[in-house]
Amino acid sequence: MTEPILEARGLCKTFGALVASDAVSLDLRNREIHALIGPNGAGKSTLIKQLSGDLRPDSGQVLFDGHDVTALHVAGRARLGLARSFQVSSVASEFTVLQNVLLALVGRERGAFGLFRRVLSDTRLTEPARGHIARAGLAGRERDRAADLSHGERRRLEIAMALAQAPRVFLLDEPMAGLGLEGSGEMTALLDALRHEAPILLVEHDMDAVFALADRISVMAGGRLIATGTVDEIRADPEVRRAYLGEAVS
Amino acid sequence: MIRERYLNLALLAALLAVPVLAQVQGAPFTITLATKIAIFALAAVGLNLALGLGGLVSFGHAAFFGVGGYVIGILASHARNYEPFLTWPVEVAGTTQMLVLWPLAVLVAALVAAAIGALSLRTSGIFFIMITLAFAQMLYYFAVSWPTYGGEDGLPFYLRGDFPGLNTMDPISFFGLCYALLLVALWLFHRLHRARFGLALEGARQNPERVQALGIRPFQVRLLAFILSGAITGLAGALYADLNRFVSPAMLGWQTSGELIVLIILGGVGRLCGPVAGAGLFFLLEHWLGGLSEFWQFWFGLILLCVVLFARGGLIGALAKDQTHD
Repeated sequence: MTEPILEARGLCKTFGALVASDAVSLDLRNREIHALIGPNGAGKSTLIKQLSGDLRPDSGQVLFDGHDVTALHVAGRARLGLARSFQVSSVASEFTVLQNVLLALVGRERGAFGLFRRVLSDTRLTEPARGHIARAGLAGRERDRAADLSHGERRRLEIAMALAQAPRVFLLDEPMAGLGLEGSGEMTALLDALRHEAPILLVEHDMDAVFALADRISVMAGGRLIATGTVDEIRADPEVRRAYLGEAVS
Repeated sequence: MIRERYLNLALLAALLAVPVLAQVQGAPFTITLATKIAIFALAAVGLNLALGLGGLVSFGHAAFFGVGGYVIGILASHARNYEPFLTWPVEVAGTTQMLVLWPLAVLVAALVAAAIGALSLRTSGIFFIMITLAFAQMLYYFAVSWPTYGGEDGLPFYLRGDFPGLNTMDPISFFGLCYALLLVALWLFHRLHRARFGLALEGARQNPERVQALGIRPFQVRLLAFILSGAITGLAGALYADLNRFVSPAMLGWQTSGELIVLIILGGVGRLCGPVAGAGLFFLLEHWLGGLSEFWQFWFGLILLCVVLFARGGLIGALAKDQTHD
């Protein structure tokens, strides 16, 4: 068993009377896709935000590669290699596809204060950027503005940006959302290849994708983690069936 | 429609040609007008860095403009009166050397920008606009109520600073200095825009959350942009004080801040030569409309309204092809 690269230990987070995270412990190991599922309002997004640094837990710890990063800000965790996609795809919409990926590379090389270091004419950046764009399936769209991309293409752009971050962990929040049948099929294939790059913590509602991709599944309900296990174990778990899966399993 | 690059070159050539022709024909007023345009363009290039690239609508850039001016005014008046500026802990004399005064004005403006920026950039949107305004107004009232350097009446200092090998009181020579500094600032803006820093700054304007998730802290990038922006505007303030041989609290007033924003909107927000086009249009209109009608500001307001409504990219945006990122 390998050491977990990303680990949540007893995370608690309340908003007023609402307990969004109730002593949640979860880990992500190298080379795996770990899916996080649960009904709306189960606390998945709150958990992701605590892992990414957007929210501070009330108690508990977040460990990245064995180091406590609970107090580290979003940008700091990103520099450690935490790459994410957002629930609603989030890119710099006035920038071209290429510029968006270059932005990710600048973040990775900590080059934001390069006052005179050119970007678009620097092949040390543009060559790898084109490679990431091609891997995400957007070759030929480099000079299109992100605002002109379709919804599915913006999702792909987010993946290209995540790849450019030299990720050690992917945190992907509903990458299939709104993609349609064909789109989610393509995205599933893309994510399947990514697991060799870095492990993926995948929040997803699309059960076909989850069952196709996940090595392990964790199920949340009411702020608690009610089960973690392999696909077969989760399918068989009676509590999970009751809480969430219902007919999706049958 | 023409390429933006050619439009920029044409604008800059015109700004150079007009005062040179005026010199030949002996029209010093035209040279002074061109100098004023160059100086305000320079100030607006500074603001354009924060506002255009960073999306930071600073309504307080008069603070840097005025501070730059007062650095010149204070040190020059000490030098003219042979009174040391400081006697303790070391004696520091005033000076009239532009090559000393300019870096000092830039430095002091940058320090003020660092202080104002560090506090203001914790807010955004309308709050940022209001807090930058508030800081600039604080400096304004400070200058008004500080009698040592003229208070409300301002501080005249009679002669421009000295520049090696030039008679700065000669209008065309002084214009040359201002124009050269404008070119340097435009080059700097262009380089910053095309650099990693510019990409991060523009990214932070469009989507700070995303930029942060890529490992770049928007606050730090914006603060650096704000400091550089204030420094450039401070240099323009220094030149403006020398142009008039006079500084007054009006340089620090909110009208100045507003004017700088108007210049950028007129010329084209975030466009390299937007400030040049804006300053040219603004002061020429002020001059012409002022000659035609006592109520020129009314007509000027109408024109500004039309630009905002019908030419979102300002003058540059209306005349030049949309720039492609290549």
